[in-house]
Amino acid sequence: MSLDPATVRRIASLARIRVEEREVAQLQNELNTILGWIEQLNEVNVDGIAPLTGGAQMALKMREDVVTDGGYPEQVLANAPDRAGPFFAVPKVVE
Amino acid sequence: MTMFDLTLAAARDELRARRLSARELTQSYLDAIAALNPRLNAYITVTPERALAQADAADAALARGQAGPLTGIPLAIKDLFCTAGVRTTAGSRILEQFVPPYESTVSANLLRDGAVFLGKANLDEFAMGSSNMTSAYGAVENPWKRRQDTSAVLVPGGSSGGSASAVAARLALGATATDTGGSIRQPASFCGIPGIKPTYGRCSRWGIVAFASSLDQAGPLARTVEDCAILLGSMAGHDPKDSTSADRPVPDFAAACKRGVKGLRIGVPREYTMDGMPEEISVLWQQGLAWMRDAGAEIVDVSLPHTKYGLATYYIVAPAEASSNLARYDGVRFGLRENGEDLRDLYERTRAAGFGPEVRRRILIGTYVLSAGYYDAYYVRAQKVRALILRDFTEVFSKVDALLTPTAPSAAFAQGENMDDPIKMYLNDIFTVPASMAGVPGMSVPAGLDANGLPLGLQVLGKPFDEETVFAVSAAIERAAGFSALPSIRAGA
Amino acid sequence: MAYIIEGNTGAWEVVVGLEVHAQVISRSKLFSGAATDFGAEPNTQVSFIDAAFPGMLPVINRVCVAQAVRTGLGLNARINVVSHFDRKNYFYPDLPSGYQISQYQHPIVGEGRIEIELADGSTRSIGVTRLHLEQDAGKSLHDQHPTKSYIDLNRAGVALMEIVSEPDIRSPEEAGAYLTKVRSILRYLGTCDGNMDEGSMRADVNVSVRKHGEPFRTRCEVKNVNSIRFVMQAVEVEAKRQVEVWESGGTVDQETRLFDSARGVTRSMRSKEDAHDYRYFPDPDLLPLVLDEAWVEALRQDLPELPDPKKARFVGEYGLTVYDAGVLVAEQATANFFEEVAKGRDVKTAANWVTGDLFAALNRMGRTIEQSPVSAANLGKLLDLMADNTINGRIAKDVFTAMVETGDDPAAIVEARGLRQVTDTGAIDAAVDAVLAANPDKVADYRAGKDKLFGFFVGQVMKAMAGKGNPALVNEVLKRKLS
Repeated sequence: MSLDPATVRRIASLARIRVEEREVAQLQNELNTILGWIEQLNEVNVDGIAPLTGGAQMALKMREDVVTDGGYPEQVLANAPDRAGPFFAVPKVVE
Repeated sequence: MTMFDLTLAAARDELRARRLSARELTQSYLDAIAALNPRLNAYITVTPERALAQADAADAALARGQAGPLTGIPLAIKDLFCTAGVRTTAGSRILEQFVPPYESTVSANLLRDGAVFLGKANLDEFAMGSSNMTSAYGAVENPWKRRQDTSAVLVPGGSSGGSASAVAARLALGATATDTGGSIRQPASFCGIPGIKPTYGRCSRWGIVAFASSLDQAGPLARTVEDCAILLGSMAGHDPKDSTSADRPVPDFAAACKRGVKGLRIGVPREYTMDGMPEEISVLWQQGLAWMRDAGAEIVDVSLPHTKYGLATYYIVAPAEASSNLARYDGVRFGLRENGEDLRDLYERTRAAGFGPEVRRRILIGTYVLSAGYYDAYYVRAQKVRALILRDFTEVFSKVDALLTPTAPSAAFAQGENMDDPIKMYLNDIFTVPASMAGVPGMSVPAGLDANGLPLGLQVLGKPFDEETVFAVSAAIERAAGFSALPSIRAGA
Repeated sequence: MAYIIEGNTGAWEVVVGLEVHAQVISRSKLFSGAATDFGAEPNTQVSFIDAAFPGMLPVINRVCVAQAVRTGLGLNARINVVSHFDRKNYFYPDLPSGYQISQYQHPIVGEGRIEIELADGSTRSIGVTRLHLEQDAGKSLHDQHPTKSYIDLNRAGVALMEIVSEPDIRSPEEAGAYLTKVRSILRYLGTCDGNMDEGSMRADVNVSVRKHGEPFRTRCEVKNVNSIRFVMQAVEVEAKRQVEVWESGGTVDQETRLFDSARGVTRSMRSKEDAHDYRYFPDPDLLPLVLDEAWVEALRQDLPELPDPKKARFVGEYGLTVYDAGVLVAEQATANFFEEVAKGRDVKTAANWVTGDLFAALNRMGRTIEQSPVSAANLGKLLDLMADNTINGRIAKDVFTAMVETGDDPAAIVEARGLRQVTDTGAIDAAVDAVLAANPDKVADYRAGKDKLFGFFVGQVMKAMAGKGNPALVNEVLKRKLS
């Protein structure tokens, strides 16, 4: 599986990373090198193996339903690059 | 002998005996940082006022006889740990202005135990790298020099390069670090100090900027194995705020350092070698095995057949998780924003400007391997291979108590080397990644010098949540190796 | 009667599947300890976890899990003892982490069934595919500033249950009945308040059309419809639109559409080329959710009686008609009200008063049964006053009207207004005599065989007695005096 320039652009767009046209070829080259190297996994026989999803082999612990957090809007908003009163602000979204 | 020759354990004794004040100790380290950090760049942010205030509080506690396990001990905190009121950058431009309003659980545990924070240590951007060259705040210099080529600037390894360089150069008595695929152990090896990645789940991940959630694990870097044990004892513990944190008691790791290895079965995995690995690393490995045999351990040849697939698996799993973990850096709630013609353009410009090339590359790889049509071929397959890697370890640990391997396939390289090809760089982690994939604990211990006079580490791997055996074996290697070489650039030299 | 759209090329059938997003009733959010109250000041119910600050991690809320399990049990669905959380990745400003934690491959609840009732008295069984837990997003306000959207994250991270139906629904009416039934079950369970105005229940409507006997054609998803009436309208107009597209030789594209309730049309959302590549993968911050079977069993034992069994009981135990029983169980509060009124009394009278006079009065006032000025206890007392002949049925209507106005005890109203019925035969005799004396011609007609005039005499006597005469006694005296 080898990436073409259109795929590089599509992936960058999915990841919301701007890629200049002049960068595409080099990125394509780098990504293909890495993906080509990763292909060695195709040698491994994984028939009947259950995927290992996480780092910990335990069941999920549950917390009690108690309000213990929130109520600090100023701290939540303090790092915002743009805020409008009690809101975060972004360029207008058209649906 | 200067104050900088004291280990953490020794400094603690001096402080408790009131032969040394925390302020004096902290001020000395701050002075050393002021002198050497401009060159080494081990710290991104130094916080002298806070450090001195904490030192004064430590002295007050010591005066009252209320010393905690780390009261007055000056530490460096990897700039991946969120620290309340102190800028936390993750080595990235995207978080250049980010001041967290909260303290990570691990750093909070250290503060609880009385530690003094000198500042925030440099690292590869978002902990993605093996050389500390990807930091947006500049490369870190390894304080060690090649004998024949003292002008070459060596890398400290990565991603915890700032932490390792700071400890090695004696700009801190110890440091926090994190390890996702080798980011504690490889820099420890490169900088001639010990460092341990504990079992996944041993330390809380809460408040640590996430790279790859199923792999990230905090651990200490310090001057000695015992110092690491003391620090880990404070850092570790169950945290209900992290669903992957293990609800287990924290053993007395420092006591385990004194156990010795008599009667232990230590495995030698035959797969831990690679083409082009310097002969002296193989020789050191054999030396390590001989030390263990002499100390009463039984050496057992074992096989971890999927070792060679660890790295490729890692380079699917870690970027996949990272691509999602780093989606929150979008210029809306915190961090850098680059304005654009619309929201989408803002996102794309912000993330292009805020992330460096290696982070961008990994996000793209991760996005690709999760995308429709490729998920099964890459991500699911990688998870299956990950299951096989874990099975390898599980089977081997039914036969042996610990494993001994080299930490890295080379000594520290120079800035600029290995930079042409990402895979060449990735290969640095070939011996550390499998334990990360399996979640088992691993420690690097300095064991010798190569022909250039650069330190080399040996890696001890243990069973899940059996860090005690890892410390016992590591301390035995440390004693046998008698590693006393020091880097040429260091405080008190 | 099957719902059919008659097109130019023949009859079309509508195929609908619904995804109901139901906000879970819980004090705190699914993965954080921030509060969930509706209508709080912007960004006040936001933790650093909800705002996806660096290093923040999710921890699951036990009550949210219990609510999902209870809902699954209420939908007669399979509870999956092991389920997983996945990340659904997409960028949107009200989705702070850039992914929604949801359950994609292994939901907490599997297949179930819901019975729906239709206006013609028939019932249908609609399949439930699954129910899963997920996080709600924050709120984007697009109308506060000419060039900016504002983001409020109070809702971000509140637990949602997504209940997905099979494409078993075949008409707007069935879509409405399905939603009504789902909402009724959720309210009975107390797992969601079902309040569509406040957005605590929303529906995505998947619509396609086909000729009879065909396999499914391409469907469109109409997003975020926020009332049952709009869902029914959306099904209708979207199906019609698709028929027109197919019949004009076009193709329906699989896409997401919005229902414009003001204009009564659906329109395409600004399409995004990557809208459907969500890159789901297991959330590495969470572990598999493993339910303790004893806990699930305890939740099952603790379930309230749900609408269907209650309805069956009302029919079996009280002898109510299926229709009346259905009306009474639709809301738990109504069923409880009815049962309180009916307890120890004539059940049919109780049902008639609740579904008749009471519902009419509430409708007029635009009130719910919880806000009824007439309490169940007082309505019961009114029935008692009739049963023991203190008042007659005619007067009871007046007393009820007074109860609606004042909320007073019916006995007090009867006493204060002197409405006790008259059983004194002397008074009745006098009234009858007066009426007969005033209408000699009608008396003659009656005696000549015009039996129908009897009702006229009753009416006149009652009128003379201000409605308070005991109807049986009035009849008896009239009969005697007219014979």
